[in-house]
Amino acid sequence: MMIRYVHQPTFLTGDELSISTFSLLDPEGELYSGAEAPALEREHARRLYQAMLSTRILDERMMAAQRQGRLSFYMQCVGEEAAVVGATAALDDADMIMAQYREQGALMYRGFSIDEFMNQLFGNELDYGKGRQMPIHYGSRKLHYMTISSPLATQIPQATGYAYGQKLAGDGQCTLTFFGEGAASEGDFHAALNMASVHKVPVIFFCRNNGYAISTPAVEQFAADGIAPRAFGYHMHVIRVDGNDVLAVYEATRQARKLAVEHNHPVLIEAMTYRLAAHSSSDDPSGYRLKSEEETWRLKDPVLRMQKWMLKKGWWSEEEETQQQESLRRDVLETMKRAEKRPPPSLDSLVSDVYADVTPALQRQFDQLKSHIRRYPEAYPQGARSLDLTVKTPTDSKGEA
Amino acid sequence: MPTMNMLQAINNALDIAMAEDEKVICFGEDVGIFGGVFRATSHLQEKYGKARCFNTPLVEQGIIGFANGLAAQGSVPVAEIQFADYIFPAFDQIVNETAKYRYRSGDLFNVGGLTIRTPYGGGISGGLYHSQSPEAYFTHTPGIKVVVPRNPYQAKGLLLASIRDPDPVLFLEPKRLYRASVGEVPEEDYQLQIGEADIIKEGSDITLVGWGAQMEVIEKAVELAEAQGIACEVIDLRSLLPWDADTVAESVLKTGRLVVSHEAPLTGGFAGEIAATIQERCFLYLESPIKRVTGLDTPFPLVLEKEYFPDHLKIFEAIRESVNF
Repeated sequence: MMIRYVHQPTFLTGDELSISTFSLLDPEGELYSGAEAPALEREHARRLYQAMLSTRILDERMMAAQRQGRLSFYMQCVGEEAAVVGATAALDDADMIMAQYREQGALMYRGFSIDEFMNQLFGNELDYGKGRQMPIHYGSRKLHYMTISSPLATQIPQATGYAYGQKLAGDGQCTLTFFGEGAASEGDFHAALNMASVHKVPVIFFCRNNGYAISTPAVEQFAADGIAPRAFGYHMHVIRVDGNDVLAVYEATRQARKLAVEHNHPVLIEAMTYRLAAHSSSDDPSGYRLKSEEETWRLKDPVLRMQKWMLKKGWWSEEEETQQQESLRRDVLETMKRAEKRPPPSLDSLVSDVYADVTPALQRQFDQLKSHIRRYPEAYPQGARSLDLTVKTPTDSKGEA
Repeated sequence: MPTMNMLQAINNALDIAMAEDEKVICFGEDVGIFGGVFRATSHLQEKYGKARCFNTPLVEQGIIGFANGLAAQGSVPVAEIQFADYIFPAFDQIVNETAKYRYRSGDLFNVGGLTIRTPYGGGISGGLYHSQSPEAYFTHTPGIKVVVPRNPYQAKGLLLASIRDPDPVLFLEPKRLYRASVGEVPEEDYQLQIGEADIIKEGSDITLVGWGAQMEVIEKAVELAEAQGIACEVIDLRSLLPWDADTVAESVLKTGRLVVSHEAPLTGGFAGEIAATIQERCFLYLESPIKRVTGLDTPFPLVLEKEYFPDHLKIFEAIRESVNF
């Protein structure tokens, strides 16, 4: 710490420094003058755009399914596809992603199949999470995507720890963690950034500043100029980026990754975007924001912006657009039907994975539960399905002594 | 066999674990060059470098959040929380993250490599915030293990077992005994089985159950009881989650009497769990009500620490009342 003495009192507010927003594409999909498109190969750009489009369509279909009562709960990424997919596309596919919950676009980009999405959403026997978590809590070991946890911001210090392990392992990977501007109020956020800076950890903190934490607008979340200035307090590299401009997000994250992996500099990225959808299927934004506000952001739609750029480059066509939309909608509907019909996870999955092995105490409880279900199988249809009902139920009414 | 105090035994276990596996990483507040405020991590930074033994900023939720991520990555973190009284900022990370990592991911990810070490307990004039025994908050959390050693030999064997256990472990160290408890400890590597109680002394009249620092208090009470011809069976649980109900039940089936003692307050304390389980399993064999000798339902006091404490005299009285019921 440098101490420089002055002899007049001076108070600073941070307003001395204004943070600009990095943007390459305007809402019409044209590069701003002086802006240079990142070195993005045609195939890479197509993969990126297709993931954005697929995420949009998946969200549309699943929200509709939720409204039809086929799904208990859903959360859409609508409006934030550029932020999520752009950041993911700038990573190595083996880098770890620790997301909050609205980042299905990252999985889409990495190749999580529609079947895999559906199995989780319906919590069936093929769900990797064994039907234990609410819909949208995806995880994939092979795609290096940490299973989602509902408590907010807990993933942020974990990302610091995970990346510290990657640094020690020396395999050239980093971790990117997503979170919202609301979650950045949690203590875990501050702990994570401070520890990452102190220990020089290859981690990228990616804030989706989408304007709202459920109903609470950003102006009621913090008094400062967004999340970005917090990086200075931790002496961390920071960039603010237009979160609806996928090229800018991609380029900012690509360079952040270089800082992280090559120099062990953690980086904070604040992507300015907007949650076009409700917070979740249980939320109704008409109670806290104006339709007109939503409309101004619809004009900045990140998927359309990228589509326009792709069309102009000749890397995408109207026919491909129609064809992909149709085939994906069909695919989602068919897969959904399949996933809905699959049986639930077996009763054993109620007690497995609490520990590496079931403890004796839990085994006792489970044996008692099975006896009970055998007596009243109609009352527990999900569990009774996988239980052999013909097994004799031991009577234990006299206790065990 | 060398003689060690409990801190030396813990330090020795960490040294063995770090030498054996370069994925073992020790960190926490002041654990670096200083070796921890109690010196449990002395010389580890010198030996294994700053990357594997280091100070963290003063942020318990960050320490455990970081440790969770590091364990998920495949490392074997041994995180220190300087006093168990200060573990609560990390409560969310432990209860909602550490404990649920494997379950919620369907075993895609786990933090089984994690061990959280923290000194607990009173009797050192530590007052409210350097004396607490928070075990019951954690025994209510499926997914973690809770282990408490009573002496240097146990500390080394149980800590090595905790570090290598496939599940995350909260390792509560009785700080009153850090230097006070001295005993023979083998130089070499050994482990003690987590989840198995230790019958310290056999006896036919009454069973006494405890863990950690409370064991020596129980043993002192037992001396008084034995002098009056009461044959006591003494059991150290060693691990509270999971806890060895079979060993305790078997003992009570024989003695018909049970006294459980811990420093933490009575209400909601772990003794209640033991009493409930044992009355279920040994109901027809009980000769007297199960007794709990514990701290009061107050914060941990300072000047009146002796009065608060479930000392040997209170335990001795409980034994007498149980036997004379």
